[in-house]
Amino acid sequence: MIGITSFGAYIPMYRLSRDTIAKAWGRGSLKGERSVANNDEDTLTMAVEAGSDCLKDFDRQKVDGLFFATTNAPYKEKLSAGLAATVLDFRENAATADFANSLRAGTAALRAAIDGVKAGSGENYLVVTSDCRLASPRSDQEQLFGDGSAAVMVGADKVIASIETSISMNKEIVDVWRNDDDRFVRMGEGRFVVNEGYMATMKEVISRALIQSKMEASHITKLVIPSPDFRSSTALAKKLGFDVASQLQGSLLDSVGHCGAAHPFLLLVSALEEAKPGDTILMASYGDGADAFVLKVTEEIETLKGGRGVKGHLESKKALSYYDKMLSFRGILEAAGGEPFRLFPSAAAYWRDQDSILKCYGSKCKECGRTQFPIQRICSECRSKDAYELVRYSHKQGKVFTFTRDQLAGRSDDPVVVQTVFETEDGARFYLMMTDCDPEKVKVGLPVEFTFRRIYEGANFHNYFWKCRPLRNGGANHG
Amino acid sequence: MGSIKDKIAIVGMGCSKFGERWGMGAGDLVIESAYEAFEDAGVGPEDIEACWVGQMYAPVNGLGGSTIADTLKLRNIPIIRNENWCTAGHIALIEAALAVASGVYDVVMAIGVEKLKDTGYPGLGTGRGMNPVYEARRTAPGSFGLIATSYFEKYGLSMEEGKEIIGKIAVKNHRNGSMSPKAHFRNTITLEKVMNAPIIAYPLGLFDCCGNSDGSACAIITRADMAKNFREDPIYMKGFGISMDAVLPHTRPGFDWTSFEALKNSSRQAYEMAGIKKPREEIDLAEVHDCFSITELAIYEDFGFSSRGRAREDIDSGFFELEGGLPVNSDGGLKCFGHPVGASGLRMTYEIYKQLQYKADLPERQIKNVHRGLSHTFGGPPQLSAVGVFGNEKG
Repeated sequence: MIGITSFGAYIPMYRLSRDTIAKAWGRGSLKGERSVANNDEDTLTMAVEAGSDCLKDFDRQKVDGLFFATTNAPYKEKLSAGLAATVLDFRENAATADFANSLRAGTAALRAAIDGVKAGSGENYLVVTSDCRLASPRSDQEQLFGDGSAAVMVGADKVIASIETSISMNKEIVDVWRNDDDRFVRMGEGRFVVNEGYMATMKEVISRALIQSKMEASHITKLVIPSPDFRSSTALAKKLGFDVASQLQGSLLDSVGHCGAAHPFLLLVSALEEAKPGDTILMASYGDGADAFVLKVTEEIETLKGGRGVKGHLESKKALSYYDKMLSFRGILEAAGGEPFRLFPSAAAYWRDQDSILKCYGSKCKECGRTQFPIQRICSECRSKDAYELVRYSHKQGKVFTFTRDQLAGRSDDPVVVQTVFETEDGARFYLMMTDCDPEKVKVGLPVEFTFRRIYEGANFHNYFWKCRPLRNGGANHG
Repeated sequence: MGSIKDKIAIVGMGCSKFGERWGMGAGDLVIESAYEAFEDAGVGPEDIEACWVGQMYAPVNGLGGSTIADTLKLRNIPIIRNENWCTAGHIALIEAALAVASGVYDVVMAIGVEKLKDTGYPGLGTGRGMNPVYEARRTAPGSFGLIATSYFEKYGLSMEEGKEIIGKIAVKNHRNGSMSPKAHFRNTITLEKVMNAPIIAYPLGLFDCCGNSDGSACAIITRADMAKNFREDPIYMKGFGISMDAVLPHTRPGFDWTSFEALKNSSRQAYEMAGIKKPREEIDLAEVHDCFSITELAIYEDFGFSSRGRAREDIDSGFFELEGGLPVNSDGGLKCFGHPVGASGLRMTYEIYKQLQYKADLPERQIKNVHRGLSHTFGGPPQLSAVGVFGNEKG
């Protein structure tokens, strides 16, 4: 039996009310709120979060591959899956691939993972979907879109939801696209996009999935389909004979927004969070055609320990008060520059130190037990040379030892940097910026956890490193 | 370890006006301090056998010893640059003293200079650390703010109480600076003004932070036995201490952020050389590294001026005021002079030198009955401390 063995999700802390966006333009509001990735987040950092959430108690050394899917990878040329696999501390021989350029990228990655397990190429594949799409300012899509990430582990051991049917349909259509030099998503005429694109294609793929699995709409516990707007998924479900109230998985458009290639997976995670053994889930995704899967929930779902998932991340949020900040966070509006950097970033040094920078490894002295970050070749306590073992800290927690709210260090759209010295339980000390926090509420002793973020663009590449944040409520951050 | 006590003497010093010297380059500042020192010692550039320079910012302020050689036309002699953060000036002075004490040279020069206002930004900038990733956003106020948070937490002080204690240090230094013609800031401030000032790096406000300025200071050093050939009132070096902590405090396990090994060790070394057993009683004045008001408080305790955790009592009683038992930063300190990094250690020593000669530039600032003076800088994350102890007579 092949299927999903674990799942995880990530929704950024910030939510922007659609009324606030509407007010900025003097136009109508689509109501509700959307998630907004912080200025230090991108699809890669969100993928690391969702991936970590999915890994929970999973042995990272047993992961044979990582497939990363997005329409907005941080690099146009350079592998994101490989970077994520490094940060998540997977084996060097884990297979890595990026799936891109379509809202179906996530389900394409899922199909590849299923095929990988089926073919015996590997036993466990992590599929991480993440998106942060840019819509033209003032457009409906600007309000509708959200930022988020979701991940599933695909394997054959302890399957919580088996894949019973998997089909794919290709359909060439120019309805939603971005040219190679476009920043914002383009969309064709509304009725064409919805009727000939989404409705027609999804109707066909779902019908075929039902036929192939010899099921009727009534056999499906949850229909998991992303919606391009507030109406279409409901209309589609009705047309296919589903009972919207009991069978259609909530769209998350109200509270998060449409998270692009990650959206089908955020909905799937939501469905799995509520699922019981024996449930049947039909998941479909749309984008230049459609993919559909029928999943059967097993007894194993009851033994799976929950991460934060969609539910936990939905509960944990912070209002972004200004529309302009969203524009500035995405680089659409250029706020006054902050202080330029004085240090010399180096791709070679970044590469050399990736065990500490990316994997968050510290060293533990084999002689005296002293733990320290970053890795120290000579123990700071007993001076033993090169006698250490590596300790991964990314999944651990700690407490603020001391901090300051630095008004000089930040970006002009986010001027206060909470510089934090925090201590983990084993006494290692970290000097990190705190993110996703209310600076005025930071105190000595505040429990914090690690979060992987984009620090700046030194030496013309994305310098990622760890920050800390107050523990997000809604479940523990599992390693 | 041996001692430098009474082996070398300072026979001339100079100090430029500190401030935003837009019209003056690093070389102009060097000329200002060096020629005052030459005149004070009765020597000329041709008499200098070797030179040590404290300078931090490259390349905007010049590289190697070039600023000094090119400007002063010091030809065919060693010019050795020291870049040890905020202690660069002190360490240049100590290196020069050691060179004379070794017997290799008879007359040498130590000079510090920094032209911060040519860097194009206020403050020392962001990314003040050593690693472009781990410390990408570190600033100087941000690092010292960590000390204040920890100190307030350890001693159960509210933000208000804590800020008031360190605020009094800023008020004191401004009062002294108002009587200091070469200082950048010469205004007095009230505690109320300190408390209401904008926050720079919580809990440090604007007046808890020293200014950013241009300046230079210079010393001419010779063997103690030759000193009286130059002047009647040479100032003798009694001791020094330099201490560097291992591991950035930010990531040092167990570090408590209220007391610093470098401060304790550097002062202990200097006291031992100088034969000082009770610093609180035996030192008559001190110039210490008040880059931030909290730093001066930590120094009081680590240098043994105040008992551990009780600097507050001495601050409240006025012990460190000009008229107090141990005047600290009688010229206004970094608070009023600003901190042109490589120049500060020598500028502080200039104040000690003048006070010990009873030649303070304004008589109302002259401290009576002085024998032992201490100057000190504290630099880096902070991680490095340098101290000099001086006296106006041998023995």
